Amino acid sequence: MNYIDNIAFAIILFLGVGFFVKNFQKLIRNIKLGKDINRKDNSSARWKNMAKIALGQSKMVKRPIAGILHIIVYLGFIIINIEVIEIIIDGLFGTHRVLSFLGSFYSFLIGSFEILAFLVLVSVSIFWIRRMVLKIPRFWNKEMKGFPKNDALYILYFEMVLMSLFLIMNATDVPFQQNDIGNPISQFLVPLFEGFNASTLFIVERTAWWLHITGILIFLNYLYYSKHLHILLAFPNTYFANLNPKGQFTNLESVTNEVKMMLDPTIDPFAAQPEGAADEIPEKFGASDVQDLNWVQLLNAYTCTECGRCTAACPANITGKELSPRAIMMKTRDRLEEVGENINKNGKFVDDGKQLLNDYIKPEELWACTSCNACVEECPVNIDPLAIILDMRRYLVMEQSAAPQELNLMMTNVENNGAPWQYNQMDRLNWKDEK
Amino acid sequence: MNVPTMAEMTAQGKQPEILFWVGCAGSFDDRAKKITKAFVKILNKAGVEFAVLGTEESCTGDPAKRAGNEFLFQMQAMTNIEVLNGYEIKKIVTACPHCFNTLKNEYPQLGGNYEVLHHTELIETLLNDGRLSIEGGKYKGQKITFHDPCYLGRANDIYEAPRSLIEKLEAELVEMKRCKSDGLCCGAGGAQMFKEPEKGTKDINVERTEEAIKTKSKIIATGCPFCNTMMTDGVKATNKEDDIKVLDIAELIANTEDL
Repeated sequence: MNYIDNIAFAIILFLGVGFFVKNFQKLIRNIKLGKDINRKDNSSARWKNMAKIALGQSKMVKRPIAGILHIIVYLGFIIINIEVIEIIIDGLFGTHRVLSFLGSFYSFLIGSFEILAFLVLVSVSIFWIRRMVLKIPRFWNKEMKGFPKNDALYILYFEMVLMSLFLIMNATDVPFQQNDIGNPISQFLVPLFEGFNASTLFIVERTAWWLHITGILIFLNYLYYSKHLHILLAFPNTYFANLNPKGQFTNLESVTNEVKMMLDPTIDPFAAQPEGAADEIPEKFGASDVQDLNWVQLLNAYTCTECGRCTAACPANITGKELSPRAIMMKTRDRLEEVGENINKNGKFVDDGKQLLNDYIKPEELWACTSCNACVEECPVNIDPLAIILDMRRYLVMEQSAAPQELNLMMTNVENNGAPWQYNQMDRLNWKDEK
Repeated sequence: MNVPTMAEMTAQGKQPEILFWVGCAGSFDDRAKKITKAFVKILNKAGVEFAVLGTEESCTGDPAKRAGNEFLFQMQAMTNIEVLNGYEIKKIVTACPHCFNTLKNEYPQLGGNYEVLHHTELIETLLNDGRLSIEGGKYKGQKITFHDPCYLGRANDIYEAPRSLIEKLEAELVEMKRCKSDGLCCGAGGAQMFKEPEKGTKDINVERTEEAIKTKSKIIATGCPFCNTMMTDGVKATNKEDDIKVLDIAELIANTEDL
């Protein structure tokens, strides 16, 4: 017996999965660079959200064409991957179609895989047309140049090639075709290979089989570098998403303590520090870099698949402002990866003289936001770009006093006379007697 | 105009049914003051025992918080909470979605727990309870479009209360393409009201007003003093101020009743 094939398969499988696991651990480490936030409460509502939004794709169908095509690709992806179980067993043990003992159920399975594979091919082709021929604007915003644009295309090509290989593999499997059951699509490909002799057909079938499984492993490993991570992260992302009303912005505890002290007449501001109390490092207010964000915000950044529905709904972006909620997520991820690389190289983060603010996200983008929550509402996987924008504004205002001048005026008014305009608080009820 | 303050009520040993939180726009902005008065007329007509804080009211801190100034927000919030809790306030109504959102969602963590209603919710309840009835049908059959304030709609999922009132007016509610959870912001939120917009190709309020004009409605209804300003400016920018009126839901109701 010749075991070379089996050994080669085992090695490829081991490397493919191993390399992915290693990268995925880095990804989890990077996400954990974020600050802690409690998102473990109310697990029943969280499971429900995940089931509805990630598994059930409820927010995808808000745009029906893209939504339905996406569901086809998603179902195809999940269901056809059942076939991978058989491929792995076959590969490791040198069997051929080991699950065929299931008889007619097997034929039913493979038959459905074939139909799905065909539908995925069609859907992915339409996706390509939407991007490259119809040029739907949200795929052509300025943040979608270079890798982000190619990333999207590579994914589509990958899927086209993988589905084609699956169908070719079936079409050139002579005994499988002779059975003539479970081949509703591949039977139409058989004429393409007419005139091939048995050994050539065998070689084509084997080649397609090997390319198919190595392709899957390469695709798996591509995920880490790609926007396509959403196929995995959409699930935790929807689970850990914010459950509060969208209008409720987070309360900064650190500020609460200080404000309470300011307002409490019984506290002696000059009191000596209680003995034994450690010198606390004053916390930074708001966020200027990725480590200042919380881990859910960082998970958001990795989950974003750059579909641009947020940006297409953003009033600032629609009216030509610099802000794009998608770009906020992409820049956060880019910076996070840079910080991760830094840690890989140095063992810990060594100051590189850069940060998320200014080097990636400019104040002009942050100040264009109306906090209208359209981006949050639109996101099919409950990403919250607004939370990042607000945390960065907090840094600008509370650490740097760098608000736009008119906002400083507004805040001075609120502070001095309890209204954003320069009116006297004592005049607050004047309207009652005005005609 | 009968507008008792909490101080007066307390002096008489009375506790109102509900506190009307007027807000800064409702107190000082000339356009918004009309909304305030319209709402007070409705409250009086329905016989609601309400009170205002008057000079004891201060900005909720909403624009400061959205601008990133958590310090100023919490200073405002805690001062207000002290006043509200001092008067043992349980229920608050406001005609401003920004005050509404802040009081309802952001005061509880700082010790302020109240039942907070948007004025369209309260008016709806008053109608349902028979304390108020709409007759006359001044707007009967007229096309009215409703602009969803972000802090009422998306922020708090209140879409139906204002719409049900428009239907009660027997007007024809015509939706804009982007409505309810897809509603487009007027451009004022997130403290934008108080600054010039960033560089762009268009003003957000103009974009939104053009969409409202497409519905062929002569009335753009809204439920927020800031949306009202932005949409009114948008109507002026498109030279339609003779044709199209921007009105708060409270004004529509008060007008119908000739209050």
